Amino acid sequence: MLTFSEIISTIHEGLTDALPGWLATTIEYVIIGAALLGLYCVLALILILLERKICARFQCRIGPNRVGPWGLLQSVADMVKILLKEIISIKNTDNILFKTALFLAIAGSFCTFGALQFGDGLACIDFNVGVFYILAISSLGVVGILLAGWSSNNKYTLIGAMRSGAQLISYELSAGLSLMTMVILAGSLSISDIIAGQGGMNAEGGYNTWYIFQAPTAIIAFIIYLIAGHAETNRGPFDLPEAESELTAGYHTEYSGIQFGFFYLAEYLNMFIIAGIAATVFLGGWQPLQINAGWASGFNELMGQIPSWIWFMGKTFALVLLSLWVRWTFPRLRIDQLLKLEWKILMPISILNLLIMAVWVII
Amino acid sequence: MELLTASNIIFFILAAAILLFGILTVTSTKILRAATYLFFTLFCIAGLYLQLNYEFLAAVQLSVYAGGIVILIVFAILLIKGLGEDKEINIGQRRIMGLVAAIVGSITCACVIAKYGFLPDYDTAAELTQAVDMQMIGQTLMGTKQYEYLLPFEAVSVLLLACIIGSIAIATKDKEVNK
Repeated sequence: MLTFSEIISTIHEGLTDALPGWLATTIEYVIIGAALLGLYCVLALILILLERKICARFQCRIGPNRVGPWGLLQSVADMVKILLKEIISIKNTDNILFKTALFLAIAGSFCTFGALQFGDGLACIDFNVGVFYILAISSLGVVGILLAGWSSNNKYTLIGAMRSGAQLISYELSAGLSLMTMVILAGSLSISDIIAGQGGMNAEGGYNTWYIFQAPTAIIAFIIYLIAGHAETNRGPFDLPEAESELTAGYHTEYSGIQFGFFYLAEYLNMFIIAGIAATVFLGGWQPLQINAGWASGFNELMGQIPSWIWFMGKTFALVLLSLWVRWTFPRLRIDQLLKLEWKILMPISILNLLIMAVWVII
Repeated sequence: MELLTASNIIFFILAAAILLFGILTVTSTKILRAATYLFFTLFCIAGLYLQLNYEFLAAVQLSVYAGGIVILIVFAILLIKGLGEDKEINIGQRRIMGLVAAIVGSITCACVIAKYGFLPDYDTAAELTQAVDMQMIGQTLMGTKQYEYLLPFEAVSVLLLACIIGSIAIATKDKEVNK
């Protein structure tokens, strides 16, 4: 079977044979960047269509159904429309910061996106501090949101940005703590090590299962990560930063055309990234489902035949669906409820969970 | 020594960006813009660490300085009114202090540069600085043997705890006065 790593090494050898080393490396970087950007945009289109269809189902509507078969081309049409829209420049804004903010927001999301491993051999960034890198680089997005809110020179955007910043910083803590819980179980911060520990055979000849099945505390960490991660994407029921009845559209009120599109893209992809990280750390990334028992070897063999990228995308989209389900079901929280949930409930539970996991691993 | 290797070019770009944003940070008349330029400076320094294979230090730089401190500064600025206008930089009295700080800073840098020699090129440097894995960092931080840092680690954590308790004390004191 042709694997991704073989294709990639063929391209790499072809380039290094034909060109001098520095040029080959540069071209490889450009190819990787372009491929990631393409995937980023295509995923955004799919996610937007998915959200509109599912939201319609929850509200007993049909959703987009005119453009293309079953409305499948709706988000392509929307994309063309948003690209053609006029970008309105506003007086009395801090122009440099106004323009910088949207690039920071999308760069933060894109850098995290690059750290995901989409399949066997489909990884761009693989540091030995991978999980730490993911937690660190997401701060770019927070700075982008704060600057966008301030530089628009509008009270709604400022309030929206403050709420968003406070929410992101608070929920980052329990998201980080629950990831650390899993790092203790995995014994490594590197994303490829974390994935490798969830598949294949272990030293005793049994099958490795996903981390969520390996320890009871992992299930608690998984639920906390899903809640905190959902809050970090600024989506309902945690969408106070853009509560439309109070703040029009929050921090991106003053942006128009494709500038608004950038924030929109980053928001949808953040949802995908959170789901992707959860799938990687808790549900085995691109590793197939395995059952650690003697009778299940045929089942494990069968699951191993499904391509790795289908496993990753399947798990991630299942978690995205969960996130959409939550979004369209629960009413919006108040700011005090939001902060109480984090600081008085999720944080103590995750710290306790971290300690229990440490004891579990030692025993 | 070849000057235009790929790693040298990347270093020059990063160094130029650090200097440019550093100068913009101190010359900008709008305080939020200065904070943004500071953010970019810290971000480019993380790039330098990555070039030296210090991935852990780069991630720490991003999360502590770029992510933590700059966001706190921006938050503080957003909470204060009327900082959007251009402010005249008041040099007057600060000139002497600034001069002293600049001289002390340059002497420190000069001493450090004079003390440690330069390596001939990037490739030898890359061989010498192997990527440090997390296991080693963890054991060095928590160890009690020679060249291990349990005591400083604990001392710093006590200091941080004192800071947290202090900030809680200040925050609750304010509330009682308001009642």
